[in-house]
Amino acid sequence: MSLAPASEKPGRSRWAQINPVYFVLLALLVLIVLQNPRFAEPTGYMNFLKRAAPLAILAAGQLYVIVSGGFDLSAGSLITLVVVGSSMLTNNDPNATAWVIAVMYAIGVVVGCVNGLVVTVLRVPSLIATLGMMISLGGLSMMWSGGSPRGYLPDTFRFFGRALIRDVPVIGLLPIAVIVMVVSGLLLWLLMSRTNLGRMIHALGDNPRAAQLAGVPVLPVRLSAFVVSSLSAVTAGILLGGFAGVSTDVGTGYELQAITAAVLGGAQLLGGRGSVPAAIAGALTLQAIFTLLNFMGFPQPLRQVVQGLILIAAVGLAAYRKKQGAG
Amino acid sequence: MQAAPATAPPALQMTGMTKVFPGVRALSNVDLTCHAGEVHVLAGENGAGKSTLIKILSGVYRPDAGKIVVNGQEAVFRHPLEALRAGISVIYQEFSLLPDRTVAQNIFLGREIHRRGRLDHAAMNASARQTLETLGVHGQIAPEALVSDLDVASQQMVEIAKALSLDPQVLVMDEPTAALNPTECAVLFEAVDRLRARGCAIIYITHRMHEVQRLADRVSVLKDGELSAHFDSLPEPSAIVRAMVGRDIDTFFAPRATSDQIGDVLLEVRDGGNARLDAINFTLRRGEVLGFAGIQGAGRAALGMALFGDTPLERGQVILRGQPVRITSTRDAIAAGIGLLPGDRKAEALALEQSVLDNGMLSARALARLLGSHRSNGFTNTGRMSGLLDKMEVRAPDYEVAIGSLSGGNQQKAIVARWLALAPEVLIFIEPTRGIDVNAKAGIYQLMRDLAIGGAGIILISSDLPEVLGCSDRIVVMRDGTVAGEFGPSPSETEVMELATSARHAAA
Repeated sequence: MSLAPASEKPGRSRWAQINPVYFVLLALLVLIVLQNPRFAEPTGYMNFLKRAAPLAILAAGQLYVIVSGGFDLSAGSLITLVVVGSSMLTNNDPNATAWVIAVMYAIGVVVGCVNGLVVTVLRVPSLIATLGMMISLGGLSMMWSGGSPRGYLPDTFRFFGRALIRDVPVIGLLPIAVIVMVVSGLLLWLLMSRTNLGRMIHALGDNPRAAQLAGVPVLPVRLSAFVVSSLSAVTAGILLGGFAGVSTDVGTGYELQAITAAVLGGAQLLGGRGSVPAAIAGALTLQAIFTLLNFMGFPQPLRQVVQGLILIAAVGLAAYRKKQGAG
Repeated sequence: MQAAPATAPPALQMTGMTKVFPGVRALSNVDLTCHAGEVHVLAGENGAGKSTLIKILSGVYRPDAGKIVVNGQEAVFRHPLEALRAGISVIYQEFSLLPDRTVAQNIFLGREIHRRGRLDHAAMNASARQTLETLGVHGQIAPEALVSDLDVASQQMVEIAKALSLDPQVLVMDEPTAALNPTECAVLFEAVDRLRARGCAIIYITHRMHEVQRLADRVSVLKDGELSAHFDSLPEPSAIVRAMVGRDIDTFFAPRATSDQIGDVLLEVRDGGNARLDAINFTLRRGEVLGFAGIQGAGRAALGMALFGDTPLERGQVILRGQPVRITSTRDAIAAGIGLLPGDRKAEALALEQSVLDNGMLSARALARLLGSHRSNGFTNTGRMSGLLDKMEVRAPDYEVAIGSLSGGNQQKAIVARWLALAPEVLIFIEPTRGIDVNAKAGIYQLMRDLAIGGAGIILISSDLPEVLGCSDRIVVMRDGTVAGEFGPSPSETEVMELATSARHAAA
């Protein structure tokens, strides 16, 4: 119970305005390179970026729901559904990829709409609404695959997650997944910061009552936040299908990693503040921490311990800084 | 009969209080002395340093220089609890009550009376009743009542009772009438009288002159962080105003409309009603400021919200520019050219963490598609909003800072700019000057008049009766959710209050 002496309201230098997550990410990357110099070569860091791509996209989508004042816990199980469902639908037919992907995005739209409608019309808190969706989608994946999914996706489908463009000048090689990440990240960033919709999502998360009285169409705006999140989960699922193989737990835990990443990027739980580039940097930070733990030979379960601590620490730090700033 | 003997130390003596925030000297060398059995009014505009001084007194801030002496003993407060223990209780403007608990439970929150390890509700209720008696409101407020069932005035009383039950030496009241109507204010003033008679030292913060007249034994005025005037007896109101704003305010209210400024009928409501309202009939003309008076709960704000489509009218007819319209949502209302400034700025108008610019542009963006004005009003045209904010003289370092960091008056101006961007023809102001300073008030009054002269119809809903009387070209009085009657310009305060409070059967 320390009482802030309420004086430090810094004159905000240029440096202080930069989101701290970028410094943390930079420091971690330096640490990784020190541990393993091969990381500085294109194969090293491009592989890192490729691995991080699904989480980065998912975090950018999750950010929309967080900024609007909610959570989307169904994103992870939607990833699983996309991977499992795609393997069932393509049925080893390389020519099926295009329409299967279209079907998956349609499923994403439906899932996002249902989440949004349950939250806005039935007024179920998003935590509960999307938790229910998460459980239902998990069950759906099980049912669809009969519990033992076929372990194959055609190469045309796996192209997005796995393929590389070689002999690219300067950077050497470029995974398709990284291109997908950059393009989705750019789109989501523009949508959030350069459109009326993005600003309305911010206002809605900041003060829903004020937003409504200012004329913000609450239902469509909230709905679109959930749809964006679901679409990003479908995209992440398509990438993961490319390098993670088919199983009924491929997306498990991803929703919480995405929330952690967004919070690491300075997003405010309960809404009103958040940035897409910072959420992506948060995802890369999280991935970098995992990579580092891996290099240092720590066992896999420690990842979860660390992730949990990071989530608590990040939210706690944000609350503390807010209290200081309010002084 | 008062004048404590010179030998008794004052209940509170603050000397040389100074507080510097980076870039701002919030307080410099301010003295304030308060004796037992006296009401010391602290007046000043927003940003004059009143809250900083009170936050130092209540242990929230630590002063950079200066001394606090309580009952002859020097005190240093490192934490609000230490100030409380020293006998200093502050009643802030924002209520701190838990709505789903009883009055007694709220009064004893955090220091419940126990007996053999269990809560002793009987003892707490009895003690709460005693405190309420001290305030003279035990007839209206039962200790067992749920706070959410009480009206705002009673909640304010509970807030005072809560502070009082700590048996404070010094009681600080920060604009306690901000949300009260005249009748409720009278009850509050009586309670203050009782506390003074009991020997409480009271610091009363206000910028309403009639409250100063009614209550003050001494008056201190802060301006720009300095003590600009101190009076050991009740001064002329003009002297206080001059000390507050540094000049005379001769034209506080804007002039009324001349007959040629009033145009044709813009809005008419016939037999309007919903769950809260019934038999609402009135007309609003272009160029007119139409005031709505009435006591708390008479349905004035409910009518504003009904016209704006938030809790829509379910019966009757609304005729806008000669055409019947159906307004069932706020978006309907905005699209039809109706705007509304909510009464509770923080809860209903501001997205506190968003920038001034974003707050200003919110409605234009939200309606961009509906009004088909994407390019002129929408995201792409921040320059136009900056211009409006400049025109409204919103004072901010720049328009990218969070609106939460601005003063109440500047926040209100930004919200007005939000509406100006859509150029509505009917603009409903609910409590437009609540919690904003004298100069900014005059600015809002002038603005309402300018908009009216520009051809809009202004509806002014306020519990500040002098404000309604001073600004309106006509006044509709509401009572029990219906229209009780109507006055032309400048009726007397008594006439209006009689109509607003006369018994229900007298209506018909």
